[in-house]
Amino acid sequence: MDIWSTLSDTFLDWESMKAVLPEMLKVGLVNTLILAAASVVLGTLLGMIVAVLALSSKRWLRWPAKIYTDIFRGLPAILTILLIGQGLSPITRHWWGPNPYPLGILALSLIAAAYIGEIFRSGIQSVEKGQLEAARALGFSYTSGMRLVVIPQGVRRVLPALVNQFIALVKESSLVYFLGLLASQRELFRIGQDAAATNGNLSPLLLAGIFYLLITVPLTHLVNHFDKRLREGRPVESEDVELEELAHANR
Amino acid sequence: MRTVEAASLEVSGVELAFGSNKVLRGVDLAVPAGQTACVIGPSGSGKSTLLRAINRLLEPDAGDVKLGGESVLRGDADVLRRRIGMVFQHFNLFPHKSVLDNITLPLRKIKKLDAEAAQAAARAQLELVGLAHKAGARPGNLSGGQQQRVAIARALAMEPEVMLFDEATSALDPELVKGVLSLMADLAEAGMTMVVVTHEMGFAREVADQVAFMDHGVVVESGVPEQIFDAAESARLRQFLSQVL
Repeated sequence: MDIWSTLSDTFLDWESMKAVLPEMLKVGLVNTLILAAASVVLGTLLGMIVAVLALSSKRWLRWPAKIYTDIFRGLPAILTILLIGQGLSPITRHWWGPNPYPLGILALSLIAAAYIGEIFRSGIQSVEKGQLEAARALGFSYTSGMRLVVIPQGVRRVLPALVNQFIALVKESSLVYFLGLLASQRELFRIGQDAAATNGNLSPLLLAGIFYLLITVPLTHLVNHFDKRLREGRPVESEDVELEELAHANR
Repeated sequence: MRTVEAASLEVSGVELAFGSNKVLRGVDLAVPAGQTACVIGPSGSGKSTLLRAINRLLEPDAGDVKLGGESVLRGDADVLRRRIGMVFQHFNLFPHKSVLDNITLPLRKIKKLDAEAAQAAARAQLELVGLAHKAGARPGNLSGGQQQRVAIARALAMEPEVMLFDEATSALDPELVKGVLSLMADLAEAGMTMVVVTHEMGFAREVADQVAFMDHGVVVESGVPEQIFDAAESARLRQFLSQVL
């Protein structure tokens, strides 16, 4: 038995891939995108709140943010997901039944918010003090100055780190599988795993992996794009200015 | 430069400390409406802190600041700052906004002008500082001198009654200083009440109605430029002048 045929039986069984493909697309991909997108939105909102609290001048606002960040960054994701997903389910099942998605999304978002909060905080803190001072000197309140001047600049600076966090969320969404999913709720990993168990080879999981990459690799390129733009400025715009300058000089 | 509605400014006995570090130890400075006071003195003498105490970016611990004869320390600081324009050493333009939007942002959000009126006012102000053609540019693509002129335009667009300048030309390349100083001189000429913290002694001598020399958190000596520069009384001022002139 040569190595190549063993490996190809395990990973490249086209028949089992083909068999699972429709389900992978219609159920798995959709569910993974729902889980990831919902956690991205909720995690970003919560993260912004954590960041604003962490930057407060009042200690009783800063401390809860710090403790929150320490806890949710410090625990293994799987542990948080199980504690929240299973632990709160007796309470929440009155509202939406045993559906594990809301609590799964909540757990993923709470974890993400700890990281995203730190990302926003560092970005906002990197904005020069003079920016808020100038805004306040014009008559903006602290809140408006932060909202209109400081936070937009801070967020721009951390877009690459933020997108990296979104990539992590896409991958971590697979962990909700531990909460037990109905057939229609299975996401990419679970569908791959089930099919792999049925067929006795790992090809469906490899296919799931390919789907993950189809989501995450474009995001990685988005990171690089943001990163490049941050370092070099916006090429088109600066060109416009140069042209304008020339036009002015020739007047 | 159009005429301005300027107010008088009176600082009396202002004290301000950062923790145990007393930066202002009872500063007095009176600037009649439409006049220009230049504040000179060594680094760390409290000049920049004085400006920030006037518009309450830093709250004075003691003393009083009167604008148009009324104390400014009791009311809402945000409302007060709308009446006082400030220009910074490092311009502090908002880099994520175009030159035009830097000026329209406070007009729209604070003065509540609609977009069209704000743009018209901003363009008129840019015209006055000679940068109407840069309206669409980002601040980062302008020279330091141009950025500072935009910063002045941004402050003036709010129609302040007093203008504060915090070493407005210190961060500029030498060849760009003149343009900003002449703009400031025009503004003084137009009747703005101005407090100008500066190391430009030529400007202080030519433009100021009054020069105040600060050291260690107090105004040591003040008077008309001729008196300060040609007939200094205190030894500290004479020593300072011998180092900078």
